[in-house]
Parts: sequence; structure tokens; C-alpha cells
Amino acid sequence: MPLAKVKIKISDFNFYYGQVKVIKGVSVEMLAKNVTSIIGPSGCGKSTLLRCFNRMNDLIPGARAEGRAEIEGVDILGPQVDVVELRKRVGMVFQKPNPFPKSIFDNVAYGLRVNDITDRLIIEKRVEQSLRSAALWDEVKDRLKDNALNLSGGQQQRLCVARALAVEPEILLMDEPASALDPIATARIEELIVELKKHYTIVIVTHNMQQAARISDHTAFLMQGELVEYGKTSDIFTKPRKKLTEDYITGRFG
Amino acid sequence: MKIKQLKEVLGFLALRLCMVLVMAILVVVFWDIVTKGGGAVSWELLTQPPKDGMTKGGIFPAIVGTLLVTLMTALLAVPLGMGCAMYLNEYALDCKFTRFIRMSIRNLSGVPSIVYGLFGVALFVEACNFGTSILSAGCTLGLMTLPLTITASEEALKAVPRSYREGALALGATKWQSIRTNVLPYAVSGMLTGTILGLSRAAGETAPILFTGAAFFLPDLPGSLLSQFMALPYHLYILSTQHHDTALVRPLAYGTALVLLILIFIMNLFAIILRSRLRQMKKE
Repeated sequence: MPLAKVKIKISDFNFYYGQVKVIKGVSVEMLAKNVTSIIGPSGCGKSTLLRCFNRMNDLIPGARAEGRAEIEGVDILGPQVDVVELRKRVGMVFQKPNPFPKSIFDNVAYGLRVNDITDRLIIEKRVEQSLRSAALWDEVKDRLKDNALNLSGGQQQRLCVARALAVEPEILLMDEPASALDPIATARIEELIVELKKHYTIVIVTHNMQQAARISDHTAFLMQGELVEYGKTSDIFTKPRKKLTEDYITGRFG
Repeated sequence: MKIKQLKEVLGFLALRLCMVLVMAILVVVFWDIVTKGGGAVSWELLTQPPKDGMTKGGIFPAIVGTLLVTLMTALLAVPLGMGCAMYLNEYALDCKFTRFIRMSIRNLSGVPSIVYGLFGVALFVEACNFGTSILSAGCTLGLMTLPLTITASEEALKAVPRSYREGALALGATKWQSIRTNVLPYAVSGMLTGTILGLSRAAGETAPILFTGAAFFLPDLPGSLLSQFMALPYHLYILSTQHHDTALVRPLAYGTALVLLILIFIMNLFAIILRSRLRQMKKE
């Protein structure tokens, strides 16, 4: 097997909300076309870390990053970075399904339209492709004009995946994408993630350790803003090097 | 358990009483105006200018004047108020300075309308040299309405879920794109509702137009934005207190009040329709 390419690399990465340091000296390399999961107890900074990769934290006043963060060797933190361009390359699916109160079609087409793609045929094709990739096409193909808010929670979340895919990102960030869903919808999202990693680099934050074990290739365990352990998921879950990791995954705390 | 239930019943009763009291006052006022003014409302009242020292004829110029000045008010207050609210809510950093600005805007809505009137004289009538005119009065009323418009518009923008903005930005939309396509469509009805309520208040104001453009009596309709005008609230004020025979023109005064009330009611109805549309859109 050829050596997998490093897609995302952060080193000595610190992140602050005002004076509070929430990410402390984290260094990680995430591989292309892999699923990397970030686990850890609530408030450990896993969502914050995830939201650094598409600079979503820029929206929070007083937020500040330090250290290096690169995608394919190119810095993504500096002031010269075109954040809009970055977010096209790095898609995101949020914790709570957040379809826009528009039709199913318009939801998926949204990212295309804001990126100045106006050709109807291209949009239609891309919408269908994206919905197929998100395993939603068969359920909605006859009602693309329906309001997206009428879909079930699981369908809404897959719609959000489709919406993110339509922009053709390279990386897909998922912030606890299944935490608001029932077990069946969760299973579908997980299948989808495994399917998607053929084409995309996926970073997923999850509270659910079984989920991390089931779907991810690599796992990062974060606690109080520090990276406790990072490695192959199979290693982390079967022979963790650190006591803290073992205690966490066996459910002794968290 | 019994005492708890009794407290509950008494509590509801007290609240219901408040509600009934408020409604009763409204009904009495409305009833008074309708019974006394209803007889005076006629085709002539709506279409003719006042005649014979305002003892006969209608209030047509005052209706037109009020509509025109309200339109002028809207032209100033709507774009400025909405733009300001958008800036404050979407772009401005949440720092001490913006909080101070926001507080000042809230406080401005408490300034008495007569103060706005005097300010209007100084700024629009004299400094800008608009004279006493529709333009001056409209601008003065516009300024008076702005705090309400801004506050209501900001609340409407705040009501749009953060996830709409984040979702759009995460797809590579610029901030303006996310606001234009994903925030404004859901906030605009709320923004307009608040604005219309503000305008309907402005339409009924007397003090700000007193020195800035409202005329006691004009035989002709205003010819331009720089003309003086007659207005319903001012006309009502004259008929009830300044006329040489207030008792004689009392029915006309009530008729004027009723027309003003209906005009404002129509504007508020617009606001209600907009609001219900907004609710429906959110439900869909």
C-alpha cells in the first residue's frame, strides 16, 4: 500500500477565546481519503478544533489561533487566506441538521449559486449527483420542490451532507452529525461516511466512542484542549498507550 | 392542594381582569368616536376641502397631506432604519461602542415628539433650507420613527437562526451573500411589520409637524415637496381647540378622528397580514 498523503497538518496549534486557551499545543497529521475522528469529553475543544479547519471560528469575536495549520502544505491561518475559497474546499456538516427553509432542490443548489454557477443544466446535474452521493436521491427525487423542513431529521442531515458535497469539497468536516438522530438514521449516516471516504477526507467529531471505532481509520483523543493520544483507531481502542485514554474509552469518566 | 388551586384561579382571574380592562378602554374610545363621528363621515367629507371657515365641507386636503407626509417619512425611515439595523446586527462588532450606540438609539425613542419638532425646525426648515414643507415634516417624522424602525428590524434579524448564516458561510458564501439570500428573506416581513407600526404612529403625530410644515388651512393641495400641507392630526387639533366655534364643528372633529383612526388601522392591518405571512413561511 502506498504511503497515504497528509491532507491536514497542524503543529503546535493553540486556540484562544479571548484570554481562555481552549486548544493547547496540538499537533496532528490527518490523511487524505481517511476518516479521522476526534473524541473526548464535553468541552474538551473538539468542535473548536474542527471549526479551525474551515475558519468557522472567525465568526466568534475574540477568537484567535496560534501555531501552524495547513491543508496540503498550504497555510490556512494567515490573513492572506481567502476564507470563502477555503470553505469551498472544506465543507461542513453541523451537529443539528440545518436545512435552509427552501425547497430540497434549492438547498442543494445553494452552494452552487453563491459560487456563481448559474447554468441550469449543470446545477440540476450536480444536485442529482450530490443527492445520490448522500443516499437521499431515491427518497426525494419526486418531491424536489418540497420544503426541506418537511423531511425527517435523518433525511435533513443527509440533505445537509448533499448540500456540502454539491460544492465539490476535498474535505468534509462533521460536527457530531448523528447526535440528534435516532439509531436507524445514525446507521445510515455512518454507512454514508464510510462510502464517502473513497472520495473525501473526512474529519468527524463524535461523542459516541462506538461510532468512532466503527467508522474511523484514525482517532484523536482530546482532553481539556490537549491531545492525549492520536493513532490508528484499532490501536487506540485495543491497546491505548496512555492510561487516560484507556479510562476514557472504557467509560470510567466522560 | 386546595390553596394552590385557589391561588391559580385567583391568579388567572387577576390577569383576565387586566386584559378586560385594557380592552374595555379601547372599546369605549372607539365606540365614542364611531358614534359621534360616524354621522359626519360622508363622501363630501372625504373628497371636499373645508369650507366656510371650516364649518362645512370636508377634509380631503388633510387626508392627502397625511398620506404624502407619511410616504416621505417612509422614504427616509425604511431604508435608513433597515440598513442601520443590518449593520448593527450583522456587521458591527459587539463592543462597548456599539452597545453605547444601541443604547442611545433605544433612548432616542423616548424623546418627546415636540423635541423632534423643534429639532426639525433647526435642522430641516432652517439649516437645510427646506422651509416649512412636506419634506421637512416628513424628515422630522422619519427621524422620530427611526429608533423604533431600527430596534424592530434588529429584533427581526436576531430571530433568524444562526444556523442559516453558518450553513451559508460553510458553503463558501460571502457574508453579504449569506445575509442577502439566507437572512433577509426571513427577516424582511418582521422588519417591515415593525416599520409599519412605527409609520402608523408617525402618521398620527401632531407635535413634530406643528412647526415644520403643517398648515392651518390651504385651499389647494400641495404642489411639491416644498409646499406646506394640511394633516389629519393637526386638523383635528385645530377643530377641537383653535376653532372660533369648537362646539359647532365638533361632529367634523369626530369625523376627522374617525378617518385618521381608520387610516392607521389600515396600516396596522398591513402589518398584521405581513406578520401572519411570516409565520406561515416559517411553518412550511
